[in-house]
Amino acid sequence: MNPYYIKEKKVSNTIIEIKGLTKNFDDQQVLRGIDLNIHENEFLTLLGPSGCGKTTILRIIAGFEEPSQGEVLFSGEDLTKIPSYKREVNTVFQKYSLFPFLNVYDNVAFGLNLKKVDKEIIHEKVTKMLGLVGLQGFEKRDVTLLSGGQQQRVAIARALVNEPKVLLLDEPLGALDAKLRKEMQTELKKIQQEVGITFIFVTHDQEEALSMSDTVVVLNDGVIQQIGTPIDIYNEPENRFVANFIGESNIIEGTMLDDCLVKFDDVEFVCVDKGFKKNEEIEVVLRPEDIKIVDLKDGQLRGKVVSEVFKGVHYEYIVQTDKRDYKVHTTEFYNLGIEVGMRLDPDDIHVMYTMEY
Amino acid sequence: MKHFKKLINPYIVWSFFLIVVPLFLIVLYSITKGTSTLVNITFTPEHFKKIFEPVYLNVFFKSLQLGIITTIVCLTLGYPMAYIISKASESVQGILILLVTIPMWINTLLRTYAWISLLSDNGLINRLLSVMGIAPAHMMYTDFSVIMGLVCDLMPFMVIPIHTSLTKMDHSLVEAAADLGANKVQTFTKVILKLSLPGVISGITMVFLLSISTFVIPKLLGGAQYTLIGNLIEQQFISIGDWNFGSAISLILALIIIALMRFMNKIDPDEKGGE
Repeated sequence: MNPYYIKEKKVSNTIIEIKGLTKNFDDQQVLRGIDLNIHENEFLTLLGPSGCGKTTILRIIAGFEEPSQGEVLFSGEDLTKIPSYKREVNTVFQKYSLFPFLNVYDNVAFGLNLKKVDKEIIHEKVTKMLGLVGLQGFEKRDVTLLSGGQQQRVAIARALVNEPKVLLLDEPLGALDAKLRKEMQTELKKIQQEVGITFIFVTHDQEEALSMSDTVVVLNDGVIQQIGTPIDIYNEPENRFVANFIGESNIIEGTMLDDCLVKFDDVEFVCVDKGFKKNEEIEVVLRPEDIKIVDLKDGQLRGKVVSEVFKGVHYEYIVQTDKRDYKVHTTEFYNLGIEVGMRLDPDDIHVMYTMEY
Repeated sequence: MKHFKKLINPYIVWSFFLIVVPLFLIVLYSITKGTSTLVNITFTPEHFKKIFEPVYLNVFFKSLQLGIITTIVCLTLGYPMAYIISKASESVQGILILLVTIPMWINTLLRTYAWISLLSDNGLINRLLSVMGIAPAHMMYTDFSVIMGLVCDLMPFMVIPIHTSLTKMDHSLVEAAADLGANKVQTFTKVILKLSLPGVISGITMVFLLSISTFVIPKLLGGAQYTLIGNLIEQQFISIGDWNFGSAISLILALIIIALMRFMNKIDPDEKGGE
């Protein structure tokens, strides 16, 4: 499979179109030419390490920053000419940013009150929204006395009650503990499907990105590294950065001998990747769970188990060959020091172009 | 930490002799006859009754009125000033705040004399006016000159707490308001103003308290006949020598101040319990 092939899960209308977007802060370039189409009803995640520019993209869409170059179109209209308070997007802020002088109800009703919506309609909408995020009966509570998870829900309700076309979420789960974060992931996905609008979610947590998104955009250093479904991103990383950032991997330099034939560590393997030049230098990603440990005589690669760590569901082994160490995940137990063979199926081998640096 | 606690002892002794004892003496003076001696104390309510004579009530009324006007002027000029300062870059803010506080480095008396040379009938302003062919204005020894002096003297006490609360404010709340559809004016009235309320309240409290108890400025800029509570107390102690009546006035002033502080704390959202 050509690694540049991007699978479109569903065809729907583009709502936000970003073209050649750059952003400089003083002399530092944080975005270096972003091209991105965001669709209706899509759960899109901007994923990358801190400082990669993901939050800046969100803030440009929200209107808190202006782009240095390039354009952002919202339903075909130039978004940069519209002030942030007139945009049909709402944001869930990293630290929730609830108004401390208002109670839960008034925080959620803030946007509708500004629009001078009829009091009864406001009451109806706010009540419905608090129900959606599971905060019925909290109307009169002081927001500063709520737990992190509850404040989070108020922030989501406050944004969604305005019925935006796009909801922007800036690392909203970052401040929650691990268990609550898992719960909120499921809940956010549920809410997104229920209200049926576009969510743009910013995170540095790859697991969060993979479990919630329709589309993941991997960013590094102001450049998009890969756009794809979670499955594409995980199984077909386009380069070393994506492979390293998402999940665990063994990355090995090799040579593409022919279509579907790759050679690394002096062994030839059948793979499923095509379209490379003959004898092109490439890199291969092997996920630790894809490497199968077999009897020594059946192995394509041979090595010695030098490290064993119990990880809960599986064991993590380091198998030392004469070329390198392989990280292998399996539920089987192997004694330290024994010689084992390793096998790779064609579709376990993911070939990537070598990165320039 | 425990051995540090002993360090507080000198302070307790100090405050006892410099705060508690004088306060007790003021209370004692205010409820006794001037003829009392250490061995022969006669209690009397006459000093408090005297305060309710129209001439003294008027002084109280005048002081409160002037205090309120000064506070309002300080707030209407000081808030925008603090707001503009808080919008500047950090280094510029430092300079501007320094400029606001510079007058405080100079003695009040000197600053007030400067006002006299500016405002008097043949002072700088009137001379400038006459050069421009405008009739001179009488400004000295009026409410205007007193309020002018007070406002200039007390402005830093309004600007600094408001500036502090504006810069301390979580800027993401301003973004949140814009995000939810608030334009600049709505963001200001619905969010920024509310978040800066603690600063406004401490500004109001300080300016008002200082302006109703002042006596140097009204004496110099208001003239001899210009009497506020502060001047009245000064007169009773220094020129007339009626310490008993002077103490009674001080006590009433202190009660007014305590009542006002209680009230201000009640409306301060930071204190909680206002709801």
